[in-house]
Amino acid sequence: MVEALRLALAIAAKDLRAEMRSRTSFLSAAMFAALLLVVFNFARDPTAVATIDLAPGILWVTVAFAAVVAMNRGFAVERENHAFDGLLLAPVSREVLFLGKYLANLTFVLLVEAIALPLFVLFFNVDLSHALPGLLATLLLATAGLVSVGTLFSAIVVRTRFAELMLPVLLLPFMVPPLVFAVQITMRLLTGRALSEVAGGLRLLVLYDVAFITVSLLLFSAVVDE
Amino acid sequence: MNVDPNRAQVLIRRGWRITLVALLAVASVMVLALRFTPTEVRQGLAQKIFYIHAPSAWCAFLAVTLTGIASILYLWLGDRHFDRFAATSAEVGTVFCAVVLTSGPIWGKPIWGTWWTWDARLSLTLFLFFLLLGYQVLRSAIRVPTERARLAAVVGIMAMVLVPFIHLSVYLFRGLHPTPIVLKPSAPSLDPEMLRTLLFSFASFTLLYVGLVTLAYGIRLAQEAREQGNA
Repeated sequence: MVEALRLALAIAAKDLRAEMRSRTSFLSAAMFAALLLVVFNFARDPTAVATIDLAPGILWVTVAFAAVVAMNRGFAVERENHAFDGLLLAPVSREVLFLGKYLANLTFVLLVEAIALPLFVLFFNVDLSHALPGLLATLLLATAGLVSVGTLFSAIVVRTRFAELMLPVLLLPFMVPPLVFAVQITMRLLTGRALSEVAGGLRLLVLYDVAFITVSLLLFSAVVDE
Repeated sequence: MNVDPNRAQVLIRRGWRITLVALLAVASVMVLALRFTPTEVRQGLAQKIFYIHAPSAWCAFLAVTLTGIASILYLWLGDRHFDRFAATSAEVGTVFCAVVLTSGPIWGKPIWGTWWTWDARLSLTLFLFFLLLGYQVLRSAIRVPTERARLAAVVGIMAMVLVPFIHLSVYLFRGLHPTPIVLKPSAPSLDPEMLRTLLFSFASFTLLYVGLVTLAYGIRLAQEAREQGNA
């Protein structure tokens, strides 16, 4: 178990190291998130709709789209020079391989969110003084589930034509439940409601995470093994 | 694995026969519903569409469930039949889903006063439709048959796991949709004559599903046989 985790971390570290050397995808994903926030700002009438009514939706749609863009990268980079074949030949189980890719994607998307969240606070003038711990927990839980489905699907779509288009088409329906839960939680947090009111939503997010991390882990070998 | 072209022809013929019988049954459902079933007191004639809408919804959900089960069986046993069945069932399910999504608004306009609303069951059906389409778009984007079968099965299983979550999340937007109990607000259950028509309609539509799946399965088999001949 510990050994499996060590191997998964090694794979994740390899991915992140490669990413850190070029920083191209990270910078473009972060830029994309920032641009989305700006576009959303100009896509509303500030005199007609209060920011607080739109803010949770804007935050989560930004997170969802940025995650899709970020996860297109996960297996696409492995295609170059058939790098993925080398990874498949490594003496590790498929579950460990999935876990490694998953952890790398999760770190990547969380880092993009770490840039998007302060910008969101800045642009939309949201008061996070009380909501921050709850919001961070929500971000972590929602992202954990999204990224597990996204990692599995990005491994699928690299084997298709039009991979960049295929990923959002397959993935967006899967983003709806965590998005709905997260938006409802965020709405309550931002309006200063008691933490007990969001416990139900957080539980649903945990349920989603457990279900989809398990299923993705089980199905990954069916995706990569001929 | 070799595909027998004769088997495909047999299935296509059988599929046609079942489909024609089912279409006749559906036509008699319409006659029965319009002519020999009492009209609902509050909704009037609009309620008649229910005899098409509800059985189509049943067939769509049946199709999705069977696609999911066939996907699991394919990954487990590796038998191409399950893959073909999953693909066929998804195709037919898409058609029924489209019937649900078009007949619903026709009823919704006079009764709810709006063509579309983000009611829980409505949204769920819409997402099913998207999942079914996504499944087929994915299939069309992969050329190698075994790879297509494997990856489609993975997405089929994922979709099946997703459906309860979608159900849960769309329920957070409380619905307007009539539940079986309030179908006829004056009485606790459905009028016996309406129930008779409805049950007959369910049977006819299920038969239509069976017929269309058999037919489409046969066509798929014939296509594979032809590709084999070309290869």
